[in-house]
Formats: sequence, C-alpha cells, structure tokens
Amino acid sequence: MHIPDGYLGPATCGFFYVVMLPVWTAASRIVKKTLKARQVPMLAIGAAFSFVIMMFNLPIPGGSTGHAVGGVLVAILLGPWAACIAITVALVIQALLFGDGGITAIGANCFNMAFVLPFVGYYVYRAISYNALKDSNRRVAAAFIAGYIGINVAAFLAGVEFGIQPLLHHTSGGQALYCPYGLNAAVPAMSVEHLLLFGWVEALVTALVVKYLQKQSPELLREGEVS
Amino acid sequence: MKLTAKLWIGIAVLIVLSPLGLLLPEHFKAGSAWGEWGAGQMQQLVGYIPKGLAKLSSLWQAPIPDYAFKGWEEKGLPALSFAYIISAAIGILIVVLLVLIIGKVLSRKGD
Repeated sequence: MHIPDGYLGPATCGFFYVVMLPVWTAASRIVKKTLKARQVPMLAIGAAFSFVIMMFNLPIPGGSTGHAVGGVLVAILLGPWAACIAITVALVIQALLFGDGGITAIGANCFNMAFVLPFVGYYVYRAISYNALKDSNRRVAAAFIAGYIGINVAAFLAGVEFGIQPLLHHTSGGQALYCPYGLNAAVPAMSVEHLLLFGWVEALVTALVVKYLQKQSPELLREGEVS
Repeated sequence: MKLTAKLWIGIAVLIVLSPLGLLLPEHFKAGSAWGEWGAGQMQQLVGYIPKGLAKLSSLWQAPIPDYAFKGWEEKGLPALSFAYIISAAIGILIVVLLVLIIGKVLSRKGD
C-alpha cells in the first residue's frame, strides 16, 4: 500500500499533503495533552512494530505481495492520534531511507495508513469492546474485526487514489501520465487482495497482541481510551 | 521482566525474522505489490511508461533502496536477507530515536 513516486499526479500529492498538515498539527496538540511521559517507550515500540511488520511481505502465489501495518494495534494501545504520529514516523523513514513509498506520496500514504487506518480501527474497536471487561474475549474479537476493517478501508482508499489518476491526467492521445489503471482496475485489485489475505493478517496480529497484553498488562488496554 | 523489555525482545525477534518478508514472496513467485512496479515493469504491463511516472519515479534516490545495499542486487538471497535484517535494524533505530525525541517534546512530565 506504499504508493511510490510517479503513480499519483501533483494534484493528488498536493491535496493529501494539505489534508495531512492539519491532521499532524492536531495530532501533536492532542498527544501533548494526553500522552504521559511513561507511555513514550510504548509509543516507540509501537512505531518500531509498525515499521518491521510492514517488512513482512506476504505473497499471493504467482501474484502480488502485501503486508499488515500494525497501526490498529498502536491505536488501541495509545489512542488514534498517538498512532498517527508513530506510523507517520515509520512511513517517512521508509520513504526517505528505503524508497518504500514515494516522497511525493508521503501525504497520501500517511492519509491511508497513519490516519484512516488507525482511526477507523480504533473506533470499530471501541464500539465493539464498549463496556467490556479488560480480560474479556470481546476485546480480542473487537481487535480482530477492527484490524480487518481498518486496513481494508485504507486499501480501498489507496485503490481510489490510484484509480482516479487516468481521469485526472492523460495525454491527448489517451495515454496515462501517472498510474495507468482506472478505478475499475485499481479498486478491485487493492480491495480483493486485502479482503482475502492481508486484512486477515492485520486482524490476527492485532488480536494476538491484545490477547497477550490482556494476560501481561491488562491496564494497558484502558490507557488507549483517551477520548 | 518488565513488559517493555519483553516487547523490545519481541521487536528484536521480528527484525531477525524479517527476511521471511523477502523469502516467502520469492518462494511463491509473487511479484511486487500492486501499484509498486518499477518503470521497466510498467512497460511490460501496459505497453508504455506513463510520462509523468517516468519523470517522477527517479525523483528520489533512497540510500538503501528496497532494504538492499546498492550493488548487492545480484548477490543472492542469503546476502539480501542479511541486508534486509540490517535495514530493519537501522530503520527501527532511527524510528525509535525520532519517536523518543517527539515523545519527550510532547508528553506530559511527572506522570
């Protein structure tokens, strides 16, 4: 889901930078109010986890690859705004140092994976785990469903961003200038592979870690509930 | 052991296992992620390289492109796996330092 340089035209790239600037500003402001100093190591662990889990490319045999993001988990544990900051840092380093995701697409990639994904996942989790005890299985189920839905909404949006390019930018001869695949190809491609495989991985990773933390440190599962 | 210590060990284990993210796609003959093809691959897929894509795709020269050291492309999977682990370690070190700095600036002191 790391959109490279050259797939999105300048309008789309600029648009998502403009959308993300107030999001990043709000994230810093809100995290400044809510993040406790002793939670900072967890935030670093969350960013590290997201970074490394995105390196676990899984194959669709004979087809493409993809991966989990881990962002729903970070949002459950530290709140969606803190997750936004942690995943943004991971995505920026992936783009700058490793060329994973384009620098012109940092706004769009952060919108999908550092904003939409943790927020959707977080609110799905909160809705399903509403009033659940810290050690209840409903929290594990909520984490599973939240992971699945969070990454799938993000993948769908990435598909839309790819897919609108041929409409926005093409030569007079009809050749695309950026991503050549339209909505009818990009949205199904991104969605189907995440609905069938990568979404379940995000779901499983999120649920397993929540299950583990229920045993190890159940109070953590309440600390993310900041708003 | 403190929980954070256990979680750091978990991260270290994931770093060491990270080459699975390289070896599994290779084993199952899976290509790049959808929408992350190089310009050459794009030529094969749609028969031309979109002009804007050709221009922008080489905009940024990452120092460790695709988690592999430059010039190691032909060195085989063990070497690439090693580079993948080192890349994960370097990336995480930088990410962690940045988040600790941001966290220090933003977090509430005293509790």
